[in-house]
Amino acid sequence: MPVNFTLNGRGVSVEATPMARLLDVLREDLRCTGPKEGCGEGECGACTVLVDGRAVNSCLIPVIQVEGATILTVEGLATDGRLHPVQEAFVRCGAAQCGICTPGFLVTARALLDENPHPSREEAREALAGNLCRCTGYQKIIDAVCEAIVPVGTAGC
Amino acid sequence: MLTCTAPVHQPRSLDEAIACRAIHPFATVLAGGTDIMVYLEAGSLKPSSLLDLWKVDALRGITVQADGVRIGALTTWTDIAREARMPAALRDCARTVGALQIQNRGTVGGNIVNASPAGDSLPMWLVLDAVFEVRSWHGTRRIPAAEFWRGYKRMDLAADELLVGVHVPAVSGDVRYRKVGTRLAQAISKVVLGLRVATVDGLVTEARVAFGSVGPTPARATAVEHALVGRALSPETVDNAVAALQIAPLDDIRSTADYRNDVARRILRAELLALARG
Ligand SMILES: Cc1cc2nc3c(=O)[nH]c(=O)nc-3n(C[C@H](O)[C@H](O)[C@H](O)COP(=O)(O)OP(=O)(O)OC[C@H]3O[C@@H](n4cnc5c(N)ncnc54)[C@H](O)[C@@H]3O)c2cc1C
Ligand code: FES
Ligand code: FES
Repeated sequence: MPVNFTLNGRGVSVEATPMARLLDVLREDLRCTGPKEGCGEGECGACTVLVDGRAVNSCLIPVIQVEGATILTVEGLATDGRLHPVQEAFVRCGAAQCGICTPGFLVTARALLDENPHPSREEAREALAGNLCRCTGYQKIIDAVCEAIVPVGTAGC
Repeated sequence: MLTCTAPVHQPRSLDEAIACRAIHPFATVLAGGTDIMVYLEAGSLKPSSLLDLWKVDALRGITVQADGVRIGALTTWTDIAREARMPAALRDCARTVGALQIQNRGTVGGNIVNASPAGDSLPMWLVLDAVFEVRSWHGTRRIPAAEFWRGYKRMDLAADELLVGVHVPAVSGDVRYRKVGTRLAQAISKVVLGLRVATVDGLVTEARVAFGSVGPTPARATAVEHALVGRALSPETVDNAVAALQIAPLDDIRSTADYRNDVARRILRAELLALARG
């Protein structure tokens, strides 16, 4: 069946079986390989994408459920060639080692900051609890997300 | 790569969903998919067809009514966690289901009908005296949570019925939720406790105590409840209530019977003492 949705600002139409995983459709059919497969069972968050602004595991979503939805992957974070502040903070803080978990962390962090521009460190930790880093670089990842937090009282970027 | 090629029925309205269920009583119902997709991936579920509820918006959302709150079956844990009018303990519970990605997708109805003994919300429905609303082509039935789960993954839900909502009555007392797993997030419970205690003039007038993960179904600990009602919440009452607890947990991959027995008593004591301190 044809499935239509918006991917990183662009309308796409793709032919897929209804129960195909969104992760496979993104990676195999649309060649959007930012989302990674870590566990394939909802545990690791490497496949995280935003569907209508909410962070979800694309390995657990049958593609039929995203008909008409707006999807953002790590490929859509930068605008006009400029990295998103959270991406810049990851670079500055050295928050990526092998990098497999990074696309998932980045989009989860983006969803968090979109909704709550001033999360506490604890709130950031809770929001990112579903993203695992096999290289265990958690402190730098949390540092980076906290660095990307807009200080209270300043205009957003 | 998931290679499930089963056909999917995708109703758009509640009437259509109910009619679809009558015609396809053997289709696997799909809500947020956070349980179903894992079973499909593992190969433990091979559906001949699926009935996807995701586009039935009438099943979503929380409405405040004169006598309590009604939660649509398709309401997600994130929706519950963000709803200020929900009992705080139920919001706490919502925030422990998996992690954010799971809470954004996993639904109340999915947790109830998946009926895992470790389902985190199940003891909460028991202590909140929740009533499940199930509907079929023949009409609507209302089933108290305490009568819904009949045995391991067996429940009072016919093949042509869908769970459409949960009614949480306005109940009295303090409600508490406590989950013990290997870590805070993304961990299936080893023991989960729901608790509600109402007092008038220092005496317990109503008590609800329910555990998950310590038996084939979530269940109320009625002997503990009896040991509380009519008494002041003193250290002696708490001792007696804890002593009255009768559970027969099993060893499994997540924990041992001994550990569960011990931890169930410890968290029951800790939560009752916390309530006693006010
Ligand atoms: C990584 C991970 C972590 C998890 N952590 C937890 C946890 O900490 N605590 C916990 O309790 N659970 C946990 N779960 C399990 C799951 O997320 C929850 O049970 C969730 O609430 C299921 O909802 P769903 O909408 O995704 O269900 P689905 O997978 O869509 O469905 C689950 C079951 O319910 C049936 N069903 C769904 N809706 C209806 C309806 N309206 N009427 C009739 N039948 C229906 C389906 O047929 C199926 O049998 C976890 C799952 C994963 C993958
Ligand atoms: S691959 Fe989806 S959560 Fe691990
Ligand atoms: S950087 Fe390697 S898994 Fe996180």
